[in-house]
Amino acid sequence: MADFYKNILERWQNISTHRFFWPVFFAAGLAFSIVASAFDILDLYLQLILIYVGINIILTVSLNLVNGYMGEFSIGHAGFMAIGAYTASLLTVNVFPAGALNYLFPLAIIAGGVAASVIGLIVAIPSFKTRGDYLAIVTLAFGMIVKSGLENIEVIGGPRGFLGMSKLTTLPWVFFWTVLSVWIIRNLVYSKFGRGVLSIREDEIASDLMSVNTRQVKIIAFVVSSFFAGVAGGLFAHALQFINPRMFDIIKSTDILIMVYLGGIASIAGSIIGAVIYTILLEILRPLGIWRMVLMPLMLVLLMIYRPRGIMGMREARFFVPLRDLLAAKLWKQKNKEAPDASA
Amino acid sequence: MPLLEMKNITHRFEGLCAVANFNFQLTQGELVGIIGPNGAGKTTVFNLITGVYRATEGSIFFNGDELVGKTPHQITKMGVARTFQNIRLFKELTVLDNVRTAYFGEATYSPLEALLHMGRYRREETKITERALELLSVFQLDNAASELAKNLPYGLQRKLEIARALATNPQLLLLDEPAAGMNPNEIKQLMDFIGWIRKTFRLTIILIEHQMRLVMGICERLVVLDFGATIAQGLPAEIKSNPKVLEAYLGEEAAK
Ligand SMILES: Nc1ncnc2c1ncn2[C@@H]1O[C@H](COP(=O)(O)OP(=O)(O)OP(=O)(O)O)[C@@H](O)[C@H]1O
Ligand SMILES: [Mg+2]
Repeated sequence: MADFYKNILERWQNISTHRFFWPVFFAAGLAFSIVASAFDILDLYLQLILIYVGINIILTVSLNLVNGYMGEFSIGHAGFMAIGAYTASLLTVNVFPAGALNYLFPLAIIAGGVAASVIGLIVAIPSFKTRGDYLAIVTLAFGMIVKSGLENIEVIGGPRGFLGMSKLTTLPWVFFWTVLSVWIIRNLVYSKFGRGVLSIREDEIASDLMSVNTRQVKIIAFVVSSFFAGVAGGLFAHALQFINPRMFDIIKSTDILIMVYLGGIASIAGSIIGAVIYTILLEILRPLGIWRMVLMPLMLVLLMIYRPRGIMGMREARFFVPLRDLLAAKLWKQKNKEAPDASA
Repeated sequence: MPLLEMKNITHRFEGLCAVANFNFQLTQGELVGIIGPNGAGKTTVFNLITGVYRATEGSIFFNGDELVGKTPHQITKMGVARTFQNIRLFKELTVLDNVRTAYFGEATYSPLEALLHMGRYRREETKITERALELLSVFQLDNAASELAKNLPYGLQRKLEIARALATNPQLLLLDEPAAGMNPNEIKQLMDFIGWIRKTFRLTIILIEHQMRLVMGICERLVVLDFGATIAQGLPAEIKSNPKVLEAYLGEEAAK
């Protein structure tokens, strides 16, 4: 029996590290989500939950880049989400012609991401000017400013919120954006910039002394992270078809933090696991109402004390690791075996 | 032109003068030792050269270019690399990634190419990985490439730190007490090793060593610091019998 599982595990590893794994997975997933939403294979409630799972994966992976991989502490992710949500909504409701919305929707999402990343750049530049823990304070303030700012702009509904969005966020779109975010952030992680990000967490001064432009790397990571928070915001707004400033307050930011630390820091697989578990848990606990507000932060505190690295902390599922990195040492050994020299 | 020239360098930490009017010249290919008792300012000199601290006064020239005011990564790219007194590896990263991180300055691909894993990313990453493994194999660390750095034994961590520094392709290597925590036998090996990398990588080296006897064997010239000031410099044999040096060290012995 043990052999049987071992066999399956081995097969899975072979398949999951195959060159065509990602393209096939992407095509199959997209096809399934199109079919599922077109022919009502999944009921609408289930579809909505899957949509939230996808949005939360985007939020978690992107925040993990800054808080997990880089070891900084950003608490304002919901603020960037809000900027994306409002930007995309304003475009689809007030700017884009109603007839072409389906085609222009990706543009609105990208615009939301770009707006969030521009603001991210403005937040990042002063925060990373000096070493230290400014980021936590700056992003905390930033989150509050965004919320109260939105509450005071009457043309977008002020505290009452903004509505009129069509339900443009469908399962296929969410699947597409989720895979894209995961893929891009994973690519960044497995590049010189990703090694820069990780080495900054390990020892920032040593990192700088090993030729890493630490300031540039921090800014890039933060801007990419904000971009995807904005993307998630745009998707969220067009799934719910209604947004108000309170949806993007510190509680929302805390939710995202919990997903990061639950799933595991510095792990793509962990981010996905964290987002899936937490989203489902939230649905199950919905009847608890206001008690959720007590339970969830408590969970964050307990997690950080007892399991500071989360379920997958610092570990990665093999199929997220590029083949070049996965096989580097192995290929090297093989090559050396072929040409044994005197030093062996 | 000297490879490195430090002119009237003074550095204060809130009143404490860690380095006082330090002057120093280094010729290409030299192996110079900096010695001195605890707290003499030796590590501070390295931190000033590499841009970790900005000198309060004075200038530092490397190949004729001013270093004061430059950031550490800029200085590293110009050809200065270093190790640390207390090993500062990226502990949670693999041995391979410790070395690959140090190729940051050399890789030219853009953030966009990194995000899409396209263009120069592919070519350069393959090259970086190969070169990192090659470097590790020179240090006989290639079999440990996928281990986490923190799991290496102490002696190998020291070696890895040197390998990582060499990955930045330096002309000048600064070694801060590489023999710390080693027994006499290991120290002997380390000294041979330093001589060997010096030849192989054609390096100019400054070596900080707390214990005077150790550097006598391999350094061509010694600088003795005490309370931030140079109290003597010259050939190891001269230093050995210099009364000022003996006094500084005797003072330290007496304080213990
Ligand atoms: N960041 C700092 N802030 C304040 N004082 C410092 C700092 N770094 C070093 N010092 C002080 O500067 C002086 C020189 O320190 P440094 O580390 O350069 O000595 P060292 O010669 O390397 O000594 P050791 O042999 O113990 O390594 C010491 O008195 C030390 O306490
Ligand atoms: Mg020192």
